[in-house]
This record gives sequence, structure tokens and C-alpha cells, in this order.
Amino acid sequence: MSLVSIRDVRKSFGPNEVLKGVSLEIAKGDVVAIIGRSGSGKSTLLRCINGLETYQSGAIVADGIEVGGASTNLRELRRHVGMVFQQFNLFPHLTAAENVMLAPTVVNKVSKAEARTTAAEVLAKVGLSEKMDAYPSELSGGQQQRVAIARSLAMRPKVLLCDEITSALDPELVNEVLRVVEQLAREGMTLILVTHEMRFARDVGTKLVFMHHGKVHEEGVPKEVFAAPRTPELQQFVGQVG
Amino acid sequence: MLQFSFWDILSNLLVATQWTIVLSLIAFFCGGIVGLILLFMRTSRIAPLEWFTKIYIEFFQGTPLLMQLFLFFFGIALFGVEVSPWAAATLALTFWTSAFLAEIWRGCVESIPKGQWEASSSLALSYIEQMRYVILPQASRIAVAPTVGFSVQVIKGTALASIIGFVELTKAGTMLNNATFRPFLVYSLVALIYFCLCFPLSWWAKKIEGRLNVAR
Repeated sequence: MSLVSIRDVRKSFGPNEVLKGVSLEIAKGDVVAIIGRSGSGKSTLLRCINGLETYQSGAIVADGIEVGGASTNLRELRRHVGMVFQQFNLFPHLTAAENVMLAPTVVNKVSKAEARTTAAEVLAKVGLSEKMDAYPSELSGGQQQRVAIARSLAMRPKVLLCDEITSALDPELVNEVLRVVEQLAREGMTLILVTHEMRFARDVGTKLVFMHHGKVHEEGVPKEVFAAPRTPELQQFVGQVG
Repeated sequence: MLQFSFWDILSNLLVATQWTIVLSLIAFFCGGIVGLILLFMRTSRIAPLEWFTKIYIEFFQGTPLLMQLFLFFFGIALFGVEVSPWAAATLALTFWTSAFLAEIWRGCVESIPKGQWEASSSLALSYIEQMRYVILPQASRIAVAPTVGFSVQVIKGTALASIIGFVELTKAGTMLNNATFRPFLVYSLVALIYFCLCFPLSWWAKKIEGRLNVAR
């Protein structure tokens, strides 16, 4: 059974239809890389999965919860679906550890001590044990993004959505973040990534989705798709960015 | 006829100043609490609550404070409820203050980047939790300077309560002038006392504003 099931989803911003009937099935343990030009709807699709955006028709079911209905329990959904953003969006008034501890203590009502243990564990996982008490402003972009990943992991999500998480980073900081994501993939975390890192998509992804004009234009096993793109649009895209 | 020395005038004015301070403090604190409730309603994205607060704020910002004082003082009396000048002044100033503070604070809340809302809602925080743990701690830093600045307006606003007969600094000045016929002296002293109350606040507001401009 799919962990995330997207069926014929359509979404418009005003007269501009950005998702024109998108369907995707994502199983537990999948690492899905969504690629495509800017404006192809890939970020919007990702944001629909945890209810940051609404959609007009179709259906998204994530971890057994239908997203987007009037009665959707968004809180329950978001406890199991984490998200990491391009701009990190750490809480600047809290330290790295406090950023990580906030949701477990507030939402899951975990004790401070227990949350701190979890924070130490997830921050160690992203290689930032020694930065627990640093404020975001004292961290580099790559470190901030790793804290953001740790913050999502502290909620023990079943799926992690990553929205161009290396696009705002200086080139030399990209790899430290990708290594963390790769580690997560190896541990069996289900990941859906919107990304421009083609090499990463090919080497780490289990599934590649090429979006074009609001539709899934091509999908398949990354190595095969990259080696032999079927459509001229993907051929052209791979030629430009590859 | 009774003679008033300079010190008599000054000491009477200072006694009345206490009431100006008390009225200001009550208006500011009660206005702050009501303002905070309005802020939550105004930013809740629940249409009826937003509409109510919009109308409330427009009313209290768009009509003179003096009219509001009259409405509370004479208006409520029409329903057969006796309202003291003290109660009317407290109520009117509280509502008036709350409307302005809610708008000032809304500006501060809206200056917090959208990403903070998105990140906190992605972590399953509810609206109240987002406000309490993520948005307000950041917005309040920005809000201190304009809030302190506005407290000066509240102090000066209390002067209008003299018109419905509440004896604070301005009313005491009027009464002393009637008794002494020395308007220049009396009102100069009244103005000086207001200035001594307000200047430290506006100076402080400027100082914090400067400090906040230096990023942490």
C-alpha cells in the first residue's frame, strides 16, 4: 500500500492552472526526486502534501489521512509528515536545541528532559552535537539547514518533504546537507525531494519524477530515466542542467 | 478671599497628577489586554472574528476620543445605569487604547516572515501555539518601541477625561485657574508636568528603537 497517494490533483492560482492532474504513488522507503523547470508545479505539489497549499480537485492521502478535505486533521497529518524548506526557516529567537525541542514539547507533550535527549540524538545525526546551544544567526547556511532537518526528525516523521533544500546554500555547503539526506535515505526514511541536484537524484533516488507544465511528464527509476530520457522535454532539460 | 501661593498651586497639581498616572496605567494595561485579544482575533484568519475586529478598530480609531468619552458617560446613562466619570473614562480610554495597540501589534506580527508561519505549522503547531512560541516572541521585540511611544498618547489622552468631570491634572488646572485667575502660571505648570511624564517615555522609546536596529 502506498504511504502517499496522489490522484489526479488539480490546482490553480487564479486563472493560472499550476497542477493539471498529477498522480503519484509513493511507497514506504521510497526516495522520490521531483525535478523540472521552475514554474512546473513541483514545489506546489510538495506543499499540497502537508496541506500548506490547498487544491481544487483530486485527492491526496498521506499516511492514511486524506489531505485537503474540510475536516482534514492537519495537526495529526503534520505530526507524521515533516517538511524542510529552501530558506531553512529556523526560529531565530531559539537555540538549535530549542528549535528541535519545540514541536515535541508543545505538540506531543513530551517532557523537556526527554525532548532534550531526542534533540541531542537528532543533532548528532546531522553532525551538530557541539552546536546545540548556538543560535541560528551563529550558524552557517549548511548548519542551519541541518538543524532544520533535525527539527523535522525530532517528530519521527514517516515522510520527509524537502523543498529545494540546497538551493539557498553556497556551493561549498551543499554537500554537507546532501550527505545528511543520503544517510536518511540509507536508513529507510521515505523522502520526497524537489531538487536541482541531478547527480544526487540519480545516485540516491529510487524514483525520479520529471514535471513539466503542471503534469508528471516522465517517471521511473532514476538511472534508467537519466540514461535514456523518452521525451524531448526531458532530453532537453537533462542536457541543460546535466 | 483665599490666597494660593505658588507652592499651593503646584502641590494641588501634583496631587491631581497621581490620578492622571493611575488613569493612564489602567488604560494602558487594560487596553493592552483587550488589544492582545483583538490581535489574536484580527490575525486568526477566521472571517467573522476578523470582521468584528476591523469594525471595532475602525470605530475607535476613526472617531474622536472625546466623542467616545461622551458616549460612555452620557450614552450608558440613557439605559438607566449611573456611570461615574471615573468608570466612563476608564472604559473609553481602555477601548481606545486597545484599538491602537492592536493595530500597532498587528503590524509587528505581519512583519515576521511567512516562512516562520509555514515552518511552525509544518511542525503541527496550532495557531495559538504558533503565536505563543514562534511569532509573538519575535514580534514583541519589534513592538516595544512603538508601544512605549504610544503610551505617550495615552497619557495625553487622559486630559480629555477632565471634560466629563474626572479630576485629573487638566481638570485640577482648570479649577485652580478659576480660583486664582493666573492662567499663564497654572497652565504652564500643567504643561510642564505632562512634559515630565511624557518626555522620559518618548526618550526611552527612541533609545530602544535605536538598539533594535542593531541586529542581534
